[in-house]
Amino acid sequence: MALPSGIFNQSYGQDMAIVRTRTQWVILLVFLAFLFTCPIYFNDQWLTIITIIGITVISVHGLNILTGYCGQISLGHAGFMAVGGFASAVLSAKLGWSFWAALPAAALMAGMVGLIFGLPSLRVKGFYLILASVAAYFIIIWIIVQLYDVTGGIFGLAAPRPEIFGFVIKSKASWFYLVMIIACLATFFARNIIRTRVGRAFIAIRDNERAAEVMGINIWVYKLLAFFIGCVFAGVAGSLLVHYYAWATVDQFPFMDSIWYLGMLIVGGMGSTTGAILGAVSLKLLDELVIIVGPMLAETFPAIAAQAAASLGLMMHGLVIIVFLIFEPRGLVHRWHMIKAYYQLWPFSH
Amino acid sequence: MTFFLQLVISGFALGMVYALIAIGFVIIFKCSKAFNIAQGHFVMLGGYIGFTFLVTFGLPIWAALLLAIAVAIIMGLFIERLTLRPLVGQPILAVIMMTIALATVFEGLATLIWGGEYKTYHGVLPTINIQLGDLSIPSETSIGLIVSIIVVTILMLFFRYTKSGLAMRATAEDEQVAQSAGIRVTTVYALSWVIACIVGVIGGIILGGVSGVMIPLANVGLKALAVILLGGLDSIGGAIVAGIILGVSENVAAGYLDPLLPGGGGLANVFPFIIILIVLIFRPHGLFGLAEIERI
Repeated sequence: MALPSGIFNQSYGQDMAIVRTRTQWVILLVFLAFLFTCPIYFNDQWLTIITIIGITVISVHGLNILTGYCGQISLGHAGFMAVGGFASAVLSAKLGWSFWAALPAAALMAGMVGLIFGLPSLRVKGFYLILASVAAYFIIIWIIVQLYDVTGGIFGLAAPRPEIFGFVIKSKASWFYLVMIIACLATFFARNIIRTRVGRAFIAIRDNERAAEVMGINIWVYKLLAFFIGCVFAGVAGSLLVHYYAWATVDQFPFMDSIWYLGMLIVGGMGSTTGAILGAVSLKLLDELVIIVGPMLAETFPAIAAQAAASLGLMMHGLVIIVFLIFEPRGLVHRWHMIKAYYQLWPFSH
Repeated sequence: MTFFLQLVISGFALGMVYALIAIGFVIIFKCSKAFNIAQGHFVMLGGYIGFTFLVTFGLPIWAALLLAIAVAIIMGLFIERLTLRPLVGQPILAVIMMTIALATVFEGLATLIWGGEYKTYHGVLPTINIQLGDLSIPSETSIGLIVSIIVVTILMLFFRYTKSGLAMRATAEDEQVAQSAGIRVTTVYALSWVIACIVGVIGGIILGGVSGVMIPLANVGLKALAVILLGGLDSIGGAIVAGIILGVSENVAAGYLDPLLPGGGGLANVFPFIIILIVLIFRPHGLFGLAEIERI
């Protein structure tokens, strides 16, 4: 990351710091303060949207580690979320576990399933791996539906509200805090995993698998580890989603979601924690825009009223991804870095 | 025994749909090494375009077919020029996401223009119903088989005996060598998309005539990926054989195993994906595909 003009790293600590200058600390703290006072400024409708965005961010962080950093493309992410969601719902509803035990258990479970479906990645890559992940999604959903006695099949099952010291997390504001705390932790972990030995191994595998192997990176271990970590994030997100709606069904994890998660990575910028957040936020906000604009469009053109709203969402998503692929394949985060470089170096840009 | 044969025959019909999608996919992959997830959507759009020309405009079948082919040519040229040409040299994920994005745009378009409803136009196309003892062979099967064989024959003749076909084969072999021999590779790419669009649209019209089209038909495109993988990504003949194998085995497996499963079955929806995993583990280059040797 480029430093502001005139600032140089003089020690190892400074070199490793994520938040380097005082200005960055101020910006971070102001942002966090703003984030955690959101329930004061926003009504319940917006809190719902922001909570869902938070859950999406957690999931996209997982996909970013798997696809953006380790280069293993997965179109089955919604399937792994479903594993986490159903594991958590079954553990807390049928076995009476508390949410705080069910959440890590669900994450672990999703990670384990991720390991199983990560096995083909040891043999195939590229398009073949994508096919394997598509297959993984459909097989996972099918198995969940078949386990009628445990998961309630296509009807799903109720997921109890989490409880902390007798306080039931039920209101929009309390859910907002729960999700935001976990999302911030997830961001922190995602940012730091990449700076460790493991993260550097992921990047080496992404850039050149053979070269990484020659350098002594155990491809088997690290690829499976990437699947495990990515799916743990998905499991946490799935568990939160299910408990947020207080009901778990397979309809909450449609196949298109896996595609949109990859789309978010493309829009935001692959292989960047900031990019994952930017992508998730911008595509989810686009969704909301479509929900607002759709009925307005239907009013203007009554002839196509019924279809307009449904088709608008699909076409918007598709077009946004097309535009980004053609004009900015490195995503929003690249734009952001360019803007930053411009004002940091101003007026001596060369 | 009759039950089994009936399952096999309806599986054949399904297999022909798979094969039609798979052929278009293979053509594009052979020439430009691009993976076209939207091929199922071409078929769906073809069905709807056929509906517009045949029913809404009331055109005779030959005029509708010619117009639909014209639309397909324009569509193929636009898709290649506007969305895929800028991606030359980009990683594989970019191309795949582009075709997925195209697929969603098509789905949106179909919803907007045709309302995403089930459309069919029975009686416009000729039907061939064959009765063999207790068994009736539906016209999906016979027409689908005939058309696929005709399409594949034309394509094989085209690849073998025309100059453009030779150029396409050369490009498939080695892009840079083809370029240095004076072949315009961009034209070849455009041509491959045009052909894939035409195959998809014709398939869609036939499918609309015999069994109807609707939006979920496009999702058959996802299941057809299993066919493509089984047949080998670069083998047109393999696409047909694998289409039939998969359609029949899916139908037979679902017919016999569904009643035994606790959650109400639905094995047909997941069977192709189980095949995908098995093929990936044991024979990643498919039955008839070329094994890929990776060099450093």
